[in-house]
Amino acid sequence: MSIDAGEFLQASVRTATPLAMAAYGELVTERSGVINLGLEGAMIAGAFGALVGAGVGGVGGGLAAAALAGCAAAAIMALVVLWLRADAVIAGTAVTLLALGLTGTLYRSLYGAQGAALSVPTITPVAVPGLAELPLIGRAFFEQPAITYLLYFLAVVLWWWMTRTHAGLALRAAGERPAAAFAAGISSVRVRAWALLFGGAMGGLAGGVLVLAQVGTFSEGMSAGRGFIAIAIVVLGRWSAVGVAGAALLFGAASQLQYVFQSLGWPVPYQLFLALPYVLTLLVLAGTQRRAAAPAALGTALAEDAR
Amino acid sequence: MTARVDARWAITAVTVVVIVAAVLGLLIVGGYDAPRALAALWNGAFGSSYAVFSATMVRATPLLFVGLAVGLAFRAGVLNIGAEGQLLAGATAAAAVGLAVSGFPRLVALPLALGAGAIAGGAWAGIAGWLKLRFGVLEVISTLMLNFIAAYLVSWLVRGPMQEPTRVYPQTAELAPSVHLPALIDGHRVHFGLMLAVALAIAAWWVLTHTAVGFRVRAVGAGASAAQSAGGIVLSRTTALVFLASGALAGLGGASEVTGVTFALYEGISPGYGYSAIAVALLARLHPLAIIMSALLFGALEAGAAAMQRDANVPSVLASVVEALLVLGVLAFDHARGRRGR
Repeated sequence: MSIDAGEFLQASVRTATPLAMAAYGELVTERSGVINLGLEGAMIAGAFGALVGAGVGGVGGGLAAAALAGCAAAAIMALVVLWLRADAVIAGTAVTLLALGLTGTLYRSLYGAQGAALSVPTITPVAVPGLAELPLIGRAFFEQPAITYLLYFLAVVLWWWMTRTHAGLALRAAGERPAAAFAAGISSVRVRAWALLFGGAMGGLAGGVLVLAQVGTFSEGMSAGRGFIAIAIVVLGRWSAVGVAGAALLFGAASQLQYVFQSLGWPVPYQLFLALPYVLTLLVLAGTQRRAAAPAALGTALAEDAR
Repeated sequence: MTARVDARWAITAVTVVVIVAAVLGLLIVGGYDAPRALAALWNGAFGSSYAVFSATMVRATPLLFVGLAVGLAFRAGVLNIGAEGQLLAGATAAAAVGLAVSGFPRLVALPLALGAGAIAGGAWAGIAGWLKLRFGVLEVISTLMLNFIAAYLVSWLVRGPMQEPTRVYPQTAELAPSVHLPALIDGHRVHFGLMLAVALAIAAWWVLTHTAVGFRVRAVGAGASAAQSAGGIVLSRTTALVFLASGALAGLGGASEVTGVTFALYEGISPGYGYSAIAVALLARLHPLAIIMSALLFGALEAGAAAMQRDANVPSVLASVVEALLVLGVLAFDHARGRRGR
């Protein structure tokens, strides 16, 4: 048995796409100072939204509904954390639980008690002329669904926006020094609210990609912890746009390794590969000093005089 | 003081009423037979002695263990969201030891199995504690990762080294009667684990309110840096202790499931008890004695939801909607009272 490295890479990029999508959303959210554990909820809401939306308006409708559903999940999060000033960890857990329960309930009530498997229109890969012929990496990076290319573009734009624009500076100020931001006339509450909504929309889109570009149907709880992995990716990528891309790819590759070993006929239990990304995150977290790169005010509530 | 306590209970009661209204709304919008669903919910939770002693209380038992685990951790400001993984670690260890010591009399074998569960749960949480204290890793992320690792570990063990001898089913062999927790009431499924959990809740309350250790835990939770600089409290030692105790409680919950309910280890042994635990603990305001009540309420809710799916075709995941709304309700009412959460 032989392993086609190009095929392995292509599958890795494919797996990494929804992870990176959600992680870029979470990157912006965390840069504003909030950890959004409701991202998993936004993702499952997005997956369900994609199912409903695709039935009405095809792939475009599915993606739009996915983003909207993710936004709605994040809006609850913003409301509870910023307006009610509750603990973000507890609020995020509740939002995820709520989204898992609501999508499960609605899915069965809309599509029957057994939740019959439905198929939705899917996004097919499009080869980029020229680039797709590059050896090894050509097909991996340039024969993917169009939304993956959008993500490449977005990664560059986000990097530029966060580091080179006034609005990006305001975002980082809210995450580093809310009090200083306040003195400069920036409302950290508003910044964090927008950052949460953006993160939710991206998380929702990630769920949409899962349904529309990968699985082709919805099933209960199909986000299966990917929202949490996206959070890990942001940490692993050390809160930078470039780092997140690399970390997402690493996670994508790790989950594809099981098929490589399978085709090699090595009797390694498949659970090892499923657990590998999680172990990897712990190891990397332990190996890198968190505080060196994390936004200084990450996970802290806004003080009364710095909102 | 009493006025404040009364107000807390009033708020909790109002929250519950709001949730019931929300669920009714969902049932009607979803096109379900609401009266039938609610009847099934009630009957499944409280409608008969079977419902109370073989459904509600059986489900309340693990929720009480993990609710205490999360409550204790949150009291000290340790955001342990890994009770699920710690429960699985405890269940695994209890099954392994339980199978090994089945030849011993119950008085020896059972404590060994339960003890192994507590130790394994504590150790699993201890990993997160060590990562936090040694490397500054946020426990929110590490405990979450450890949940997934534990789930895959169980999945592998019950298909590999720990699979039952015929190698047909993905589960361990059945535990011998010498490692079964005795039933509390003859002919019913509620077992001695519930008594153990209630005793631990009382013990946890007593330790928190009447001992120096409990004071340190509360002080660290109220303000870590102040407790360290003004109170001379060794932060890392208290934090480590909380991680271990919290994990041990959750691990014991897993051991109690294996030795009291399932008598074998398999993949779906916990339908997310560790995540429900956050709601259980929060609804009880992290108060160990109140956690007994909220665990019973959640046990009733999950028993009722299962009956609702069986008898009225309403998906039982509706229970997690209720749990989430309870948490959000508590947070909202905290705000309405002008308090700043924890």
